[in-house]
Amino acid sequence: MNRSALSRRLRQFLPRASVIDRADSLRAYECDGLSAYRQTPLLVALPENIAQVRQTLRACHALRVPVVSRGAGTGLSGGALPHAQGIVLSLAKMNRVLEIDAENRVARVQPGARNIVISEAARPFGLFYAPDPSSQIACSIGGNVAENAGGVHCLKYGLTVHNIAALKIATIDGELINLGGGAVLDAEAGAGDSPGSGDSTAPDDAAPAAALDAPGLDLTALLVGSEGMLGVVVEATVNLRPLPQAATVLLGAFDAVQPAADAVAAIIGAGILPAGVEMMDAPAIRAAEAFAAAGYPRDAAAILLCELDGFDAEVGAQAEAVRAIMQRHRATAIRAATDAAERAKLWSGRKSAFPAIGRISPDYYCIDGSIPRRHLGRVLAEIGRLSGEYGLRVANVFHAGDGNLHPLILYDANRDGELQRTEELGARILECCIAAGGSITGEHGVGVEKIDSMCAQFSAAELAQFHAVREAFDPLRLLNPGKAIPTLARCAEHNAMHVHRGQVAFPDLERF
Amino acid sequence: MAGGGDTLGGDEEFLRATVQEAHRAARPLRIIGGGSKAFYGRAVAADAAPLHTAGHHGVAHYDPAELVLTARAGTPLAVVEELLAAENQMLGFEPPRFGDGGGDGGAADDGDGGDSGGETAAGDGDGDGGDGGNTGRGSIGGAVAAGLAGPRRPYTGAVRDFVLGVKIVSGRGETLRFGGEVMKNVAGFDLSRLMAGALGTLGVLLEISLRVLPRPAAQQTLRLEHAAPAAAVALFNRLAARPLPLSAAAWHLGETRIRLSGSDAGVARAAAIIGGEADPAGGEFWRRLRDHELAFFAAAPELLRVSLPPASAWAPPDSAAQLIDWGGAQRWLAADDANGVQELRATVAQHGGHVTRFRHGGRGPGDSGAPGDGGGDDGDRDRDNNPAEIFHPLPAPLYQLHRRLKRAFDPAGILNPGRLHPDG
Repeated sequence: MNRSALSRRLRQFLPRASVIDRADSLRAYECDGLSAYRQTPLLVALPENIAQVRQTLRACHALRVPVVSRGAGTGLSGGALPHAQGIVLSLAKMNRVLEIDAENRVARVQPGARNIVISEAARPFGLFYAPDPSSQIACSIGGNVAENAGGVHCLKYGLTVHNIAALKIATIDGELINLGGGAVLDAEAGAGDSPGSGDSTAPDDAAPAAALDAPGLDLTALLVGSEGMLGVVVEATVNLRPLPQAATVLLGAFDAVQPAADAVAAIIGAGILPAGVEMMDAPAIRAAEAFAAAGYPRDAAAILLCELDGFDAEVGAQAEAVRAIMQRHRATAIRAATDAAERAKLWSGRKSAFPAIGRISPDYYCIDGSIPRRHLGRVLAEIGRLSGEYGLRVANVFHAGDGNLHPLILYDANRDGELQRTEELGARILECCIAAGGSITGEHGVGVEKIDSMCAQFSAAELAQFHAVREAFDPLRLLNPGKAIPTLARCAEHNAMHVHRGQVAFPDLERF
Repeated sequence: MAGGGDTLGGDEEFLRATVQEAHRAARPLRIIGGGSKAFYGRAVAADAAPLHTAGHHGVAHYDPAELVLTARAGTPLAVVEELLAAENQMLGFEPPRFGDGGGDGGAADDGDGGDSGGETAAGDGDGDGGDGGNTGRGSIGGAVAAGLAGPRRPYTGAVRDFVLGVKIVSGRGETLRFGGEVMKNVAGFDLSRLMAGALGTLGVLLEISLRVLPRPAAQQTLRLEHAAPAAAVALFNRLAARPLPLSAAAWHLGETRIRLSGSDAGVARAAAIIGGEADPAGGEFWRRLRDHELAFFAAAPELLRVSLPPASAWAPPDSAAQLIDWGGAQRWLAADDANGVQELRATVAQHGGHVTRFRHGGRGPGDSGAPGDGGGDDGDRDRDNNPAEIFHPLPAPLYQLHRRLKRAFDPAGILNPGRLHPDG
């Protein structure tokens, strides 16, 4: 398909400003938050309503043009990396919070609505939207759904999948489908085909999509985390929760990593469910302290940040219990913050960990492995060993409560071969996570970045099942092709190149 | 994921090989765990051969500090809950244990609804813990496949919210693992949560990893009086908008019950805020509600489940025929027969809800349940006109998607054909 012909086709129903096809303007879309991968798309479409999304999809489907959906472009795995022969479908113009239903505690939002805007709109009702990925001021709810975004508070409040009541999706052939609450209603109702009536604003008396389940398969859960490969989210109904009445943050410093990890296990084992438990190791602590002056002990080998929130009658007692556990695990210092300013200061170091690392190294590469918590100490030791082997520094920050590691590999892209060695080290760390019974990605998604590591985590039959599920939604494989699920041929090639210790990682597959 | 437990590999291989052979021969299978929920869902094609999973049992891995348990599908629910209780933990979705398999009289599948087992659960005797009494025959695989959750559902989550990973046999006879034992895992599509509520139509569950929860230190049930159900529903939703330690809320015949679960101090303070009187028999009430042992359930020839937005103003003409659970989001209706279901569905759908024929007397459910019957658009229209359909019919595009997904997992249509919908 040629650019100008496709552009003319889309302009038959999209406003002039909603089709971007000039090379200089396309540059803004050539990558997402993973800037090491870049690709210029054929063009970018920015529909303003559901009807335009459907028309765009129908046109691309008819012309066999790949479609890469994009929210705010903050993703860290290249999930929104454009396809050279395809369009980027940006949902950025559909960014409104349509309705806060305080009684049923849900918000109906357009896919491009920013994560934090939902909580801001809900605040006057004493409610909030819980998942809070670190990019929450910028990232969109549609992107959060695509990636099953987490955040520092998902230990208690769950991931995106636990906080979505319903989705309205458009399939590649332009069909509208309601999933979750309200799934038995015809999705065409209230979303007509003319641009005016399809503006995603259902009639005022429309029932909220807030029922807790739907007949049939749980396709809401399947759509969440599907990386834009099954459908395009055109509207989401998200769950809102009561704002916590009280919150306390405790900082515990430790002179080794293992007792800090043991303290986390002891907190959870004691039946306490903190809003979040974060850990940082020595290199991360020193970088963060130099950057944010949060008051972290610079000589500590590890610190824990534990936030407790909720009903005020419960938070105080839990904070005391956590303090006692930290003491029992030989914390060298413990500090508690209850008022908002002190809490923000304690969090400031953790929240600025990434930019802080950015200041001490020309480049850094963020890994997103996930492991059973009990293996934290062992996996950290192995990361330290690999760091030495590759001669690359690694700083570690984790969502320790749920075993999600973010090792940051420090490197210099201007040095020949260093990016390649960094990626290799990253892949080795992920293999270490798989060996510990974990996963290659806890919350960032596979995208293009970790697609080869999928070959190590899944068998050929499992990958074939993923492809079959995808084709049930999109038989022509036009939605976000080349992402998340590697072809079996790609795995055969990859594993042929990466034979570790004489073992073929994918022995049950034909070599091509 | 703990690959442990290969000692029972023979059972697993037997299940896999059986499915593979059935796939080759295109011979349908009826999957049976404990058989306690045989009454639920549509009837499986009458010619389907039984495939028992009860022999594939045992807890493969349980680490309390990790809040994760992995069990083989045939493990009795009672065994899992006993093990958890010993570590002061529990399943967060409070699964029902239907002991007598009641109501399955005419159902084609598994009519052996016998008595509950003779064991007693390892209730810790705290009087309000929801344990004790009926142990049932239900298996953990059946609990996940049915996707049914008890009174705690609106406050802690659905079955699928606690599923971390599964090992299944697909309809092709392949052993597949999805998800794992970690809390956060976004590698590949989340096919493990998809198994919750799929009624065995996408795969035979072999092993399930679940996130578990600590048991609350304190529980208390409050009883209040509301003549009008609407007043109770309004209260449930006002309370749920505050950070209170709620864990259940129900109304029937003028009586409102609210359960609190949390720390001693938290429960006491919340009880003072809410008011009403403490119900010392609250623990038993919630268990009987969970397991459908209250008199209300026994008296209903046709039991309808109405799922609605929690604050919905929808109300049946006769409020005595209604029992409200899930803080307003789940309403049970007792009916004489299924004659009014179609009209009810039309109204409830406009309120954002759906209606399931949960238990049904007399004739077997969904007698149009033969696999491969009437597919396509004509079939859809037939289903809409069939008042006896067990689950609320889906709009055509969503239904077609269900059919394609069924084929993606089970191309020959051999796994519990017809149990979830006419083509799956």
